[in-house]
Amino acid sequence: MPLAYLLLGTLFGVTLTKSEVISWFRIQEMFRFQSFHMYGIIGSAIAVAAVSRLILKRPQKETLCGEPAASDDDEVTGRGYRFWIGGTIFGLGWALTGACPGPLFALIGGGVTVMLIAVASALAGTWMYGYLRSRLPH
Amino acid sequence: MIPEALTHTWPWYVAGPIIGLFVPILIVAGDKRLGISGNLRHLCSALLPARIDYLRYDWRSTGGWSLIFAIGIALGGWIGVNLLGTHEIAISAATRSALAALGLHDFSGLVPRELIGWRALLTVRGFVSVVVGGFLVGFGTAYAGGCTSGHAISGLSNFQRNSLFAVIGFFAGGLIATYFILPYLIG
Repeated sequence: MPLAYLLLGTLFGVTLTKSEVISWFRIQEMFRFQSFHMYGIIGSAIAVAAVSRLILKRPQKETLCGEPAASDDDEVTGRGYRFWIGGTIFGLGWALTGACPGPLFALIGGGVTVMLIAVASALAGTWMYGYLRSRLPH
Repeated sequence: MIPEALTHTWPWYVAGPIIGLFVPILIVAGDKRLGISGNLRHLCSALLPARIDYLRYDWRSTGGWSLIFAIGIALGGWIGVNLLGTHEIAISAATRSALAALGLHDFSGLVPRELIGWRALLTVRGFVSVVVGGFLVGFGTAYAGGCTSGHAISGLSNFQRNSLFAVIGFFAGGLIATYFILPYLIG
């Protein structure tokens, strides 16, 4: 089974790389609304995923994002501030680095090894969230 | 030989559906939710859980598969660049001239070397792009409980209202950085 996840991840990484989603330039193009490319990818991905879920008829009761580890986060859904504030903070980082977490890993494999520093810094950010969590509005 | 269709830029109507299919594939394969940013949490939990509740859980059983998936993504990045060819990113002329007007000159790589690279890391703009940007990615995804894959693709395809709020936040942050930070950072 671990091999299956490795192969799936590899296909995911190849797709992110060859569709250039991992490129800082493509992210800029998206935030400047100057190409349909990124919107087409994200939009069609959502559409295909939504239709597949309806076909599977197994709507996921787990809310939130998709990480199993986030299951206990359901308890801290709170009033929803976390989605607005956390989302905006992530968006700032997304435009600055030109990469969200998936592409960060793909870029490292693709030879942009300085992104190891970006991942290390992202780990520091995640750790800091954990440290501050009880004091942040959720 | 490798067909040209694979080495050229994969069009959105090919890449998007493939990415979307990962949601049902992971559900069927092991009842897993697509989401990459959780790996940052798993790694923190593995490396330095300290006394932080958020990081004290069995990362191996909850996140093992996901960390392997992330290793696969890096492998995929290597294959995409080294075996399936690489070329200049064909961004729109409008974006190119807007970025050139801000002061970027090198459009030849996957990422702008003037901002993202070991040498650039010692400049203010390089440091902000990689170190500050990376920190915000880690902090923001943890706070929001997901990133592009978890909230935008997995969450929105499941009609999660909270994911919609998060995605609106992603764009708000991205637009602020693009129009109010990058001009000063690059220029």
